[in-house]
Amino acid sequence: MRTALITDLHANREAVEAVLAHAGGQRIDAWVLLGDFVGYGADPAWVVDIVIDLVRQGAVAVQGNHDAAVVRGAAPGMRPDARYVIEWTRSRLSAEQIAFLDSLPLSVTDGDRLYVHANAWHPPGWEYVAGRSDAMRSMMATDCRYTFLGHMHDPRLYNLSSTGKIGDFVPTAGVAIPVPPHRQWLVVPGSAGQPRDGNPAACYAVFDDAAGTLTYHRVPYDHDATGAKILAANLPQRLASRLEDGQ
Amino acid sequence: MDSNVTSSTFGDSTQGPGADHSPLAAGQVIDGFRLEEKLHIGGMAALWRVTEVAHEGQPRLPLIMKVPRIKGGEDPATIVGFEVEQMIMPMLGGPHVPKFIAKGDFTRQPYIVMERVPGVSLKPRLDAAPLPIDEVIEIGSRVAVALHDLHRQHVVHLDIKPSNILFREDGTAVLCDFGLSRHEHLPDLLDEEFTLPMGTGPYMSPEQVQYVRNDPRSDLFALGVMLYHFTTGERPFGAPDNVRGLRRRLWVEPVPPRTLRKECPPWLQEVILKCLEVKPERRYPSAAQLALDLQDPMQITLTARAERLQKSGTLRTFKRWFFSLGAEPVREAATMAEQLERSPIVMAAVDVENASSELLERLRETVQRIVQSEPGARLACLSVMRTARIGMDELVDRDGRSKHVKQLVGLKHWARPIRKALKLDEGRLTFHVIEAPDAAAAIVDFAQRNQVDQVVMGARGTSGLRRYLGSVSSQVVAEAGCTVTVVRVGRAAGGEEAASS
Repeated sequence: MRTALITDLHANREAVEAVLAHAGGQRIDAWVLLGDFVGYGADPAWVVDIVIDLVRQGAVAVQGNHDAAVVRGAAPGMRPDARYVIEWTRSRLSAEQIAFLDSLPLSVTDGDRLYVHANAWHPPGWEYVAGRSDAMRSMMATDCRYTFLGHMHDPRLYNLSSTGKIGDFVPTAGVAIPVPPHRQWLVVPGSAGQPRDGNPAACYAVFDDAAGTLTYHRVPYDHDATGAKILAANLPQRLASRLEDGQ
Repeated sequence: MDSNVTSSTFGDSTQGPGADHSPLAAGQVIDGFRLEEKLHIGGMAALWRVTEVAHEGQPRLPLIMKVPRIKGGEDPATIVGFEVEQMIMPMLGGPHVPKFIAKGDFTRQPYIVMERVPGVSLKPRLDAAPLPIDEVIEIGSRVAVALHDLHRQHVVHLDIKPSNILFREDGTAVLCDFGLSRHEHLPDLLDEEFTLPMGTGPYMSPEQVQYVRNDPRSDLFALGVMLYHFTTGERPFGAPDNVRGLRRRLWVEPVPPRTLRKECPPWLQEVILKCLEVKPERRYPSAAQLALDLQDPMQITLTARAERLQKSGTLRTFKRWFFSLGAEPVREAATMAEQLERSPIVMAAVDVENASSELLERLRETVQRIVQSEPGARLACLSVMRTARIGMDELVDRDGRSKHVKQLVGLKHWARPIRKALKLDEGRLTFHVIEAPDAAAAIVDFAQRNQVDQVVMGARGTSGLRRYLGSVSSQVVAEAGCTVTVVRVGRAAGGEEAASS
């Protein structure tokens, strides 16, 4: 079975469209959406509708911190621009759309796989898996062989050997990486809607359990159009310019 | 000292006297492969000859199954090395590696089934060293071609030694055992697992001793060690079995091969010592460039390396030792792909006899621009001397010889401005006049044999020859396996028109 893993869509319609079109050519059997459907971008309603649609067709979706914030209102520690966007986003969503975001689970376990937005040790705390030690902590907190995370916007692949050695790796797009089950793997597909590794192309990944491989993809999209919408919506200018730089 | 060949592999920290726990027996069938006969038991794995049970008709290939030896409990060296090989082998292709067939993972029975390459490894040849010089060159050239093919597939072998090199019946070198290798696009499981340098003591490059695992030039160092050994019968750095001993190669120079073997030509010493340079950037930038030198040794530019007849004195060795302290290399300075991209072989096919002076000049400008943009680039200038399909013998007469020399002189003259403008030094510029009835076929063949990255050549334009003989460039464009740039002299406007394919 081939599973597409898409995360941190951040109300970026053009990126999501491009990713779905690319994945359309990848013989995908199952869809997993790892949270943060809204925030930053100018098309929250469109993106949430797409997620609702995919979930109706059997996709798995978990809640991200931006989704939770839109449901409950901005958290005190949030950066001002993020806070502003959260309030703006709330004003753009219908009651049903907000109810859908509210209904999402924080994590889903499916056999030997764990899907969660931020980390395995305490999902509602939204702490980041920012390096090897966090990845180790997250893998130690679950029995699942494969953990799929969002929250971190840069694509990464961590693995934990049976001797407790941890490795991290910056994947190359388009290469099928063998991920055999005798190791534990932590997969960060990278953000579809707001890439930050200097490459503006949208990220997602495909896990093929029969072949035992994971492939990261990068999909170029019209970020100029996305940026123009962000500016037209009077959202912070920085949210537009960073898409072009992939920062 | 050649009995010492199976030197220990560093990083194999837990290798002990444990027994082979694998319960496999002849006749057993694993995933459709029947174990026929145990061929070999090594320190890390056993090799079985296997056949495909369900395969109908003629068996496709002779096959072997490699099964790791699990020596009781956790054995990270065996397991991780085998995992690495399982990850890398399916991604490799071409004639210079055994064809991958199937693998089984560690949750059941770990194995790799691959093509059984007939023939023996190079290891027995160590016992015969010193070898005839011609054989040393042949080995070096074939292994360098294989290495370049591997490097182009984003893999550094990191354990190049005679026992990991086989030859097909047609002489093609095959590299095997990827248990210590590094694939640029896959996680490096070994780097994570071990804190000791990994490799085989005598062959390990200085940067491997310093934990760098992503430089293709490490394999050129190992090849240099082999060539040294085959030339002289001795190892350049002995066979150290601890890290301190390994580090000595950072400052102690090997005895120059010509001191140990008088017949070693200066150019071969140049090649070997260049491979054995401590700093990777002083070695050949790519295996293809080394192979090109070995194809045509007379053109190798000799430096002080070629003439050296003794090791450096104590003071210089002390200096090298001093500067090696704390001089750890910067990791990840360049990716493997970048290293190869920066070191292309560019071939200029120049029809010095027939092309118009205008075309020759345009061709020179284009070549200069291409070579200029890549400081590691190497330029091979080729001119084809057309020979009649019959009456080949007339070429060996005096007239033929003088034609050959004349063409070579013309070619060198053509390239002079490039040499001057770019200060092409240390063998970065070579000249080749070859005799062949079909110019296009000769160009394509040369490009393929020498792993050329880009061919630059002139179009014959509207000359009468083209009407007669057809276009050489269009045949090269159609048949070459690399990029071909065809240079034209613009017609009415006189502008340059260069088409790449």
